Amino acid sequence: MNNPINGSSAGALPLNAPEATGHGDHEVCLPLAEQGRVPFITPGVMVLMGFAAIGLLVLAARFIFGIGAVTNLDNQYPWGLWIGIDVATGVALAAGGFTTAFIAHVLHQNRYHEIVRPALLTAMLGYTFVALGVVVDLGRYYNIWHVLVPKYWQGNSALFEVGMCVCIYLTVLYIEFLPIVCERFIGRINLPGPLGALNGPLDKILRLADAALNKTITFFIIMGVVLSCAHQSSLGTLMVIAPTKLHALWYTPILPLQFLLSAFAVGLAMAIFESLIASRSFKRPFEMSVLSPLGRMIPFLLTIYFAAKLIDLVNRGVLPLALEPTLQAATFWIEIIGGVLLPIFIFLIHGLRRRPGWLFAAAAMVVLGVALNRVNVFIIGYKPLFGDGPYVPAIPEVLLTIGFISILTLVYRAWVFIFPILPVEGGHDNA
Amino acid sequence: MVSRRDFMKISGSVAGTAAASLAGVQTACASGHHLEPDRIGVLTDYTECIGCRRCEWACAQENGLPFGDLESCDDQSVFQEMRRPDERQYTVVNRYPAPEGSDKPLDVKVNCMHCEHPTCVSACIVGALKKDPMGPVTYDASACIGCRYCMVACPFQIPAYEYHDPLTPKVLKCTLCTERTLEENKMPACVEMCPKEALTFGRREDLLDLARDRIRRNPDRYLPHIFGEYDGGGTSWLMIADRDFTEVDLPELSDRSAAEITEGIQHGIFRGFTGPLMVFGLVSILGKSMGDQEGRLDQEGQRKEGDNE
Repeated sequence: MNNPINGSSAGALPLNAPEATGHGDHEVCLPLAEQGRVPFITPGVMVLMGFAAIGLLVLAARFIFGIGAVTNLDNQYPWGLWIGIDVATGVALAAGGFTTAFIAHVLHQNRYHEIVRPALLTAMLGYTFVALGVVVDLGRYYNIWHVLVPKYWQGNSALFEVGMCVCIYLTVLYIEFLPIVCERFIGRINLPGPLGALNGPLDKILRLADAALNKTITFFIIMGVVLSCAHQSSLGTLMVIAPTKLHALWYTPILPLQFLLSAFAVGLAMAIFESLIASRSFKRPFEMSVLSPLGRMIPFLLTIYFAAKLIDLVNRGVLPLALEPTLQAATFWIEIIGGVLLPIFIFLIHGLRRRPGWLFAAAAMVVLGVALNRVNVFIIGYKPLFGDGPYVPAIPEVLLTIGFISILTLVYRAWVFIFPILPVEGGHDNA
Repeated sequence: MVSRRDFMKISGSVAGTAAASLAGVQTACASGHHLEPDRIGVLTDYTECIGCRRCEWACAQENGLPFGDLESCDDQSVFQEMRRPDERQYTVVNRYPAPEGSDKPLDVKVNCMHCEHPTCVSACIVGALKKDPMGPVTYDASACIGCRYCMVACPFQIPAYEYHDPLTPKVLKCTLCTERTLEENKMPACVEMCPKEALTFGRREDLLDLARDRIRRNPDRYLPHIFGEYDGGGTSWLMIADRDFTEVDLPELSDRSAAEITEGIQHGIFRGFTGPLMVFGLVSILGKSMGDQEGRLDQEGQRKEGDNE
């Protein structure tokens, strides 16, 4: 069929060229610092800085005195909050990067372009902090490079697969972010004093990178989707090796499939969740004309996820366990009703989906629901035969996790101020 | 604690769902494990054990672990609680009360089972834990990154960790006295020390024959179950007892190692990168065709924009 407008844009570069498609949906993005009005330091930012400082103190204690000094981990509960939240939940909630990229750049749904950059930033920072979280939890963190050396490769290990994919995907995310750096700094590098001599060469490097990425960015975006599918699911495979320890409400050989399906849903929910928070924090209008149709896709994804869970539970005949008066049964119901069923209904109702408050509530429920699922699988549902359990995280453990989340939020804010992530206000969207 | 009923449900579900969902990939695993026919093992006859705890002492001496003098083994107060092996003691003996109509309690030695298809080895991200074809599960601290996934994977909850070492923490467990048994042609320290016939060292195959023989000769004394012959895919350490092994806190395990399930999933998806390549191809084709349609959709775009939201 004759296609007059933009027939061959599969290879066109999506991130960095508003002119590549003639839609007008592409927003021009600018650093928040150049858009003006919002100060970087606010009372909320000061609080986050306080938590960040406390977290860094715990971090120092962990490296000086050892993991045992700051955590409640023991021989029966080898994994705790840092793996359950910082790593497993972190990976799930960073799924917004590949899901929005898939919708905007693979399915070419151009109206979603304006949320791709914030979601990409979340993924990039999210995975960076996942990697840092792993390093903190590793007893011999200085050996982490072993994972990249063929001599040590152990292809039977699901953790090896997760580790490799996360390493490569983190690199891909940095590459995907590079066009934004190019956009910000090409022709504008202005280092002070003697460093000024570097301005020219650095500019050349950026221009080279920009030209190279113009042709190849689609490849990296597809790589990102493939790598994400691989390690999101393998994260679920991790616990399949412990059938006698993981509670039967969660232990299933199709845990990897369930992890992947929930990652799809939570990726989009996270994009909505953070967009609404960012709009509030940066005093910008809510991007409802983008977020609301995005929300319409979530019940579809959640229903597939729910079906995979329900069929599996019935098939294994373990649903009666959910009626027993246990902590696990309680958190199971919260996860299913609060994190899956209720948000499906809210997202389905057109009138609610259009309202920022309801949309936010539904997205937050999915985010918290999937987070609770990861916590259930890695912490609450982990019931070893022996042990003085249940494991309850130590206060420093919690403080370090809060500190990491605070630092992540602060870096996100800084990056939004420095780099062109958010579209210029007053575009087509004034909901 | 997982109740026995839980176990039944779990193992039932593993068998059912695993078979259903992994039927196509089961053949991919289990092929790479080479085990010598002469591989070693230890037979533990719980009914012979008198709870003298000399094996605990011998283990500590052999591995340079803290322990009192030989007389401290006579301290029976430790039996008041159920102990677990840890980073300072690779083996412990626990005492279980006598069953109805008997006055003999059962003393149960706990240590690494050196599984035939160990989940810890399968889980290890860098191959620090290895299954020696001769039987022992060995650990190389210099390769270890300290992720502790082996501890999550072990169904017997054996590997222990030096949480309070900030720099060079190790995963610690029974070594099956690898140096003594494989290089010096000696028995493991605990077996050598045992004053009764509670511990017997030898070829795993011979030990199985010996166990079968004892059970056949004394049907009143033993239950006809050699723990470790098949349990969890088989173990180097074999057990016989006068009661069900769940009563002495051994987990109820499928006859196949749980590692077979995860390895089946891993190799099923990643063999020859078929899975990832297929996703890559699908996404690429989808991207291309959606890109080609983009213009068409765009023409209708103005109209649809009004309908949507």
